[in-house]
Amino acid sequence: MNHPTKAEEFLSDGANAKWHDETLWFVRDKRDSSSKTVPEWEELRDLASRIKDNVLDYLETYLLEFEKNAKANNIRVHWAKNAEEHNQIVLGILNKHQCKAIVKSKSILTEECHLNPFLEKHGIEVVDTDLGERIVQFLNQPPSHIVMPAIHLKKMAISDIFHEKLQTEKGNDDPYYLTQAARNHLREKFLAAKVAITGVNFGVAETGEFVVCTNEGNADMGVHLADVHIASMGIEKIIPKREHLGVFLRLLARSATGQSITNYNSHFRSPDTGKEIHIVLVDNGRTEQLAREKFRNSLKCIRCGACMNTCPIYRRSGGFSYGSTVPGPIGSILSPGLDLQKHSSLPFASTLCGSCSDVCPVKINIHEQLYEWRQEITKAQAANAKSISMKIANGIFAVPFAYKISAGMMRGALKFLPDSITYSGLNTWGKQRDLPELPKETFKQWYKKNRS
Amino acid sequence: MINKKNIGLFIPCYVDQFYPNVGIATLELLEKLGCQVSYPLGQTCCGQPMANAGYERDTIGTTKHFLNTFKDFDYIVAPSGSCVLHVKEHSPTVPGLESEQYATQHKIYELTEFITDILEIDSIQGSYPHKVGYHASCHGQRGLRLASASELHETPFNKARQLLQQLDGLEWIELARKDECCGFGGTFAVTEEALSVQMGKDRLEDHLSHDVEIITGGDMSCIMHLEGIARRNKTPLQFKHIAEILNEAIS
Ligand code: SF4
Repeated sequence: MNHPTKAEEFLSDGANAKWHDETLWFVRDKRDSSSKTVPEWEELRDLASRIKDNVLDYLETYLLEFEKNAKANNIRVHWAKNAEEHNQIVLGILNKHQCKAIVKSKSILTEECHLNPFLEKHGIEVVDTDLGERIVQFLNQPPSHIVMPAIHLKKMAISDIFHEKLQTEKGNDDPYYLTQAARNHLREKFLAAKVAITGVNFGVAETGEFVVCTNEGNADMGVHLADVHIASMGIEKIIPKREHLGVFLRLLARSATGQSITNYNSHFRSPDTGKEIHIVLVDNGRTEQLAREKFRNSLKCIRCGACMNTCPIYRRSGGFSYGSTVPGPIGSILSPGLDLQKHSSLPFASTLCGSCSDVCPVKINIHEQLYEWRQEITKAQAANAKSISMKIANGIFAVPFAYKISAGMMRGALKFLPDSITYSGLNTWGKQRDLPELPKETFKQWYKKNRS
Repeated sequence: MINKKNIGLFIPCYVDQFYPNVGIATLELLEKLGCQVSYPLGQTCCGQPMANAGYERDTIGTTKHFLNTFKDFDYIVAPSGSCVLHVKEHSPTVPGLESEQYATQHKIYELTEFITDILEIDSIQGSYPHKVGYHASCHGQRGLRLASASELHETPFNKARQLLQQLDGLEWIELARKDECCGFGGTFAVTEEALSVQMGKDRLEDHLSHDVEIITGGDMSCIMHLEGIARRNKTPLQFKHIAEILNEAIS
């Protein structure tokens, strides 16, 4: 299904859509005020952006340095070309330890690799321990936001799920009460798990350590109780030096939630005696994206979610409308690189307003990349008419003024679009909007009469 | 001192067709400010709707025509942030005309920035006793940086406000979300119709709840969309391009 259809569905519950918009706007607002307490905010963004540019330029060097230093710290390093390899590596480690139940925290990458269904198919119980993740896991849903996975659910919906799954009191939606119930439930899972999986926010090449940022402290709880820690890390998560963390951690928390610092920024450097730490370095399409000059910048992302909170489209269509692991503006420039046809409506799910690029702490030119993806998609369409969603094709020339453009200019595009499509969209414009009244003369006619 | 004698007026195609009064107001306003302005009759669309829809490569001919039409002017002024941004940043490179293109991209201005930055006029004398809500078009706001963005940590400024707020009696209304997109977005207005309309309604609501009488802005495309929704819902709001307000206020 394409974005417009899902967005329309989302909007059909007007009250809920309004609530969703306001909830996320509130987070953006907090981000605004919090970033404005830092006088050097824009310099920090600039610095972060340049550090990441350097990382992308020398990615191979930094990765090898990271591997060497991590190994010297007794960390076991694995390389995974794609999701399949990543999942096999994880399964291999679990099998070796005869582990049938794991706890997991803070990993969008494992979502991207669809690790949960893969492990469950192999008889392993996976428990997501971030509160929001656990909630959507109960519902068999993917996260709808990369920082606040259950942001699409109201308190009462969560109360209902907990009543069903954790036997809490029906109708009690007191956040403290529900959180306590979740903690008790998760505690058993933590105690039972021999292996804990986490994501990675930053891998430091210089030291071979990695940093995981959570607000709930659950990554630490999981890791410290388990014998084996598996960390799944996208290869772009590397930073050159430990001192660079000062730049990124300040930006990350403020951009994500408006907090001045994330509650737990945990550094993992080497395993305790008798324990193991594994890092799986995952490519899964990242090197290909790196090779796309216009889109490589997207790999600078530190997954703060700010572009989602600020996006007027995301706020009014919800995370699921994107149909990709990473939703919102950043998802719309990452996903077409993975599957152009499937995600062809995403770069059009934007007005190119540019708010995303202005909030982005690492200054990714998101809206410009959306524009560039549109160019790529229509090119692909020329080669294969099915590669663009018909809904998009329908609207392209339908805005009232667009059909006035010269025939010569339209020729290229028209080769691939039947006439009926080109003009039918006018009706769409008029469904909920009046057309401007046609004046008795155009400006050009007036000018000829009055000035020349 | 700038040469005010050789200014080319660029009127976007949809303004020409649907909003001749905005073209007239722009011309008269510039004339009142001492400029000699001409409107080259051969001009056509700048190619923005095509380019934003993903067909930038098909706009080379249009771009070439644009460059030739305006090559002899010292300045090009247009009452549209969006079209100016397109000419500056998204028109495809025309082989053989690189230097003309470079020159054009550096001599084209949106109306308010031309008044504040080139004519260096800080305030316009006149009277306009109304409650005015300003709709910041995103291409003007974040593309041309006609005002500070709420996302950035920068010193607040707003070129349109600078011109409007000196007018006698004009009340500049503060909005809850001062630079949120209206949902027009060209192609988006139709491909994502439901979202587009919802975004427009939300913007209108912000103006209405702050007792705005007249919504103004620098881009008629946003205003066409907002006005279209307001008319359909019989919302009691008036809509004017900023050129119309300034031109009316002076006289
Ligand atoms: S693209 Fe930028 S704003 Fe969006 S999640 Fe990534 S770092 Fe944050």
